[in-house]
Amino acid sequence: MRDQPIILAGLAVFLVIASFPFWYNAATLRAAARPALQLPPGKQCVAPVKYMKAYHMRMLDSWRDQVVRTGVRRYTSPGGKTYDISLTGTCLSQCHQDRAKFCDRCHSYVGVRAAYCWDCHNSPGNAVRTAR
Amino acid sequence: MILAVGLPYAALLAFFVGIGYRVLSWSRAPVPFRIPTTCGQQKSLPWIKASWLENPYTTAGAVARVASEVLVFRSLLRNHRPERLGSRLVYSPSGWLWLGALAFHWSFLIVLLRHLRLFLQPTPRWVLALQSLDGFFQAGMPVVYATDAILLVALLYLLGRRLAQAQLRYLSLPSDYFALGLLLALAGSGILMRYFARVNIVEIKRYALGLATMSPALPSDAGALFYFHVATLSLLLAWFPFSKLMHMGGSFLSPTRNLANNSRMKRHVNPWNPAVELHTYEQFEDEFRDKMRTAGIPLEKQ
Repeated sequence: MRDQPIILAGLAVFLVIASFPFWYNAATLRAAARPALQLPPGKQCVAPVKYMKAYHMRMLDSWRDQVVRTGVRRYTSPGGKTYDISLTGTCLSQCHQDRAKFCDRCHSYVGVRAAYCWDCHNSPGNAVRTAR
Repeated sequence: MILAVGLPYAALLAFFVGIGYRVLSWSRAPVPFRIPTTCGQQKSLPWIKASWLENPYTTAGAVARVASEVLVFRSLLRNHRPERLGSRLVYSPSGWLWLGALAFHWSFLIVLLRHLRLFLQPTPRWVLALQSLDGFFQAGMPVVYATDAILLVALLYLLGRRLAQAQLRYLSLPSDYFALGLLLALAGSGILMRYFARVNIVEIKRYALGLATMSPALPSDAGALFYFHVATLSLLLAWFPFSKLMHMGGSFLSPTRNLANNSRMKRHVNPWNPAVELHTYEQFEDEFRDKMRTAGIPLEKQ
């Protein structure tokens, strides 16, 4: 009755808030494209790409545990090749030299802070920058 | 394609239209009188201390009471459980329902807000801040979110409570279990995808962003678990307006909570009362003055 305007205002506020993603994206005008990565030419990753996309943080975590806790420093890939277990020495030095053009692209795209990896692991050419 | 794109859009449409319909139909319900629950001393004489929150007599008091209900579920704190103490029946306060409900609702809200990182580009700073606050303990890799654990525990408690207590089991309806089961399936599949059977989050964001920008694109390598998550969410959204979950809107519109108890200060006239024909004493005297005078009845006006 008399409160109908208040109720309608409340409903409108709710609908505006609930549809936030629709008008936020319309306002920022960003296309929903995949982030473009700089891939190392003709190189094989330490594990299948599909696995790395979903599980690379798991692998790095277990690598750290292997090195720090059990002293295992060699890793054998599913393809049979062996690598040094080292984020800085293997991943960042041999293939993904520019973190900004590889790691950061997806990480900032999906809004993932790379935990505390970057606090220590900076590839030689990279300036130390804050984790994001 | 129909399942992954049509279903969320249809569910979202049902959610918005359904909520709009329910709230509009509620807004038309007549509330002619003040019917607040009065849990404290009402405003009366100046030297009697009135309870402004328990028995609000101003709009601000009523707003505060609704806010305390919506934000911290104050009335659930009054949950009492009858227990037999020897031969006596005693009612002791039980805060577990309040705690479980509070834990569930706030975790669910934070989980929902965290998901905005998949729907917004660029991800706003406050979402990132919320995310790192939620992962404050930095346990595991990927970091375990506190709200994920709390949400799951709270839901299991709310379900277990219905199953364990005979009285509650008797009161529980299939829809109560359906709501809990749906939320458990939704949270469970999400937790599985984050910590156990992981998915390629970049593709998920592309899909979510596609939905939010009205240019849908399917994720290239999402499994059954992801589509299960989307389907349970869609089901929840579509079912929401027609279920008890509408207490989200209803808690604001409950007249026993949102009205100020000012009946003694302000006259509330039922707006659709029929016009009552009045016959005042003055009119009565005008009509029978002669007869009253002959009968010797004292008159106001001679």
